[in-house]
Amino acid sequence: MKSFKLDWLVLPLIGAGIVLLLWQISSATWAKELPSPLKTWETSKPYIVEPFAKRGEMDQGILRFTWYSLILVAKGYALALLIGTPLGFFLGLSKTFTKIFDPIIQVLRPVSPLAWLPLGLVLFMGAGKNASELGALFTIAICAMWPTVLNTAVGVRAIPQDYLNVAKVLKLSRTKTLFKVLIPAALPYMFTGFRLSLGIAWLVIVAAEMLTGRPGVGGFLWQEYNSLIYEHIILCIITIGVVGFVLDRLMSLAESKFKTA
Amino acid sequence: MAFLELKNVSKGFGANGSRAEVLRDINLQIEKGEFVAIVGFSGAGKTTLISLIAGLLKADSGNLTLNDLEITAPGPDRGIVFQNYSLLPWLSVFENIFLAVEAVNPNWSPQKKKEHVEKYIAIVNLTPARDKKPGELSGGMRQRVSVARALAMNPQILLLDEPLSALDALTRATLQDEISRIWSEDKKTVVMITNDPDEGILLADRIIPLSAGPGATLGHAIQIDIPRPRDRKAINHEPRFKEIRREIIEYLLNSKGEHHATLTKKLILPDIEPEDLSLPRHALGGRTKPIRRREVKEIEVSA
Ligand SMILES: Nc1ncnc2c1ncn2[C@@H]1O[C@H](COP(=O)(O)OP(=O)(O)OP(=O)(O)O)[C@@H](O)[C@H]1O
Ligand SMILES: [Mg+2]
Repeated sequence: MKSFKLDWLVLPLIGAGIVLLLWQISSATWAKELPSPLKTWETSKPYIVEPFAKRGEMDQGILRFTWYSLILVAKGYALALLIGTPLGFFLGLSKTFTKIFDPIIQVLRPVSPLAWLPLGLVLFMGAGKNASELGALFTIAICAMWPTVLNTAVGVRAIPQDYLNVAKVLKLSRTKTLFKVLIPAALPYMFTGFRLSLGIAWLVIVAAEMLTGRPGVGGFLWQEYNSLIYEHIILCIITIGVVGFVLDRLMSLAESKFKTA
Repeated sequence: MAFLELKNVSKGFGANGSRAEVLRDINLQIEKGEFVAIVGFSGAGKTTLISLIAGLLKADSGNLTLNDLEITAPGPDRGIVFQNYSLLPWLSVFENIFLAVEAVNPNWSPQKKKEHVEKYIAIVNLTPARDKKPGELSGGMRQRVSVARALAMNPQILLLDEPLSALDALTRATLQDEISRIWSEDKKTVVMITNDPDEGILLADRIIPLSAGPGATLGHAIQIDIPRPRDRKAINHEPRFKEIRREIIEYLLNSKGEHHATLTKKLILPDIEPEDLSLPRHALGGRTKPIRRREVKEIEVSA
C-alpha cells in the first residue's frame, strides 16, 4: 500500500518539483523576462480563485475561457468523428477505395493546423461574423479526423474472418452486418482513434483561437502576450496541459469500457 | 439425384507457384435425412470440405449441389457448427443465438423468438450462463453455444465440424444423444466431421474416411448397419462395431503410410547450403544471405 502511494503521488510530485526548480533558476538567471513561479501565482490568482468571473470579453476567469474552448473543440471533434468514422469504414472495407484515397490522405495528414486555418477563414469568408468560428471548426475537424480515419480502417481490416463468416451464414442484411458485426468488432480500434483525435483537436483549438482572437484559453494567451503579461501565458499553458490530460484520461476510461474480448 | 451431391471437387490454397492441393477428387452423395460422419487426420482438409459445402469457400473444380441447386454462397439453410465456435464475443450467449434465430425467422413474434432461444439454451444446459459473454465461458461451454445456435436455426442440413471435440466424456455423451435425438425427431440431414471414429460409428448411418493430406480424398463409405437405438455401452462389444472401426482405422493409417512411403524414398535435406568459411567475408555486407538448396541448380549428394 505504501509503495503504491509512492508510485502515483510522491514520485510525480518529485518530477513537478524539479521542473519548478528549473523554472525558478531560469527566471532568476538567464531568462530575466520569465516570471518566477511565485510571481506567476500572484498575478494569476484572480483568474484562478474566481474561475468563472466575466469582467470583459477578453478578461474572464480561466475556467470560463476553458469552457469556451471546450465547446468549440466539442463541435469540431464531433464533426471530425462524423466524417472520419465512415471514411475509415470505407477505407477498411474496399481495396479500391483505399487505392483511390489513401495517397491523398497521406499527403493531407501532415499539414499543420496553422496552414489549414487561413484556408478555413477564406472558405467561410461569406459567413460574416461566423467566419472565424466556422474556419476554426473546419481546421479542427480536418486536423483531428486522421487518427479516427486510419484506426477505424485498420480495425475494420482486422476483423477476423470467423465473424464475417457468421454474418454470411446467417445472411445478415447490410445494416445488420454493420451494427451487429463490423462496428462491435472494430470498436476497440475506433476508440483508440477517437482518443488520439481528441488530443489533436485540443492541440488545434489553441492555435485556432490565437489566430482568430476568439475568447478562449488560446485567445487569452495570445492577448496577454501582446499586452506583455507573461504570467498569464504560463497560466494558460498549465491549464491547456491539465485539460488535455484530463480529456485523455476520460477517453482512456471510455476506451477500456468498450474493449471486447 | 441425391440431396447433397459433390462431384469431382478439388480445392487448393495459394497462388499458382506455391499452390498446395488440399482436397482432390471428392465425390459424395448424401440422401435427405441421412447422417454421415467423416473422419480424418488433423490437417487433412476436413474443415476445408465443410467450408465448401457451407459455401464459404469456392471449389477450384467440380460441382456441389444441394437440392439440385448449385452451392454458390453460404445461407441459413445450412446450419454450421464451426470448429472454432465463431461466437461473437460482444454478444451474450442469449444474444448470439438470438441473432441467428432472428435472421432465420424474421416474422416470428418477439415472444416466440425468445422462447425458441431459451429452449435451445436449455437443451445444451447453459441456462445459468445465458447472460454471459463467450469470453467468460469455458471452451466446452462455447462449443455448446455454437451447437445450440446451429440447432436453433432449424436448417435443412446440419454441418458439424468436430462439434464435440472440446468436451469431457460425460458432456460429450449427453450432446451426442442430443444430436442423435434431434436428427431422428426432425429427420434432418447431418454431415458431421469428427476425429473420433467411435463417435461417428455411434451416431451415423454412414462413415467415410478422408485420407491423409495433401491431396486428400474420401475413401469408400462404410454403411453402419448396427440397429438403432444404439447403446454406447453395449456397442463396444458388438462385433460389427469393432469390424467397422478396424476398417476405418486401417484405411486412415494406410493412406498415411502411402505418403510416408513416397517421402522416405527420397533423401530429404534441409533447405540450406553449408557456408564456406574459408572465403573472405564482405567487410560491410553485414549478414550474408544463406544459400538455399532449392536455388542451387545442380547438386550432388554423396552418400
Ligand atoms: N485459408 C487457407 N489458406 C491456406 N491454406 C489453408 C487455408 N485453410 C486451410 N489450409 C490448409 O489446408 C489444409 C487442411 O486444413 P483444414 O483446416 O481443412 O484441416 P482439418 O482437416 O480441418 O484439420 P483439423 O482436424 O486440425 O481441424 C492444411 O494443410 C492447411 O494448412
Ligand atoms: Mg478442422
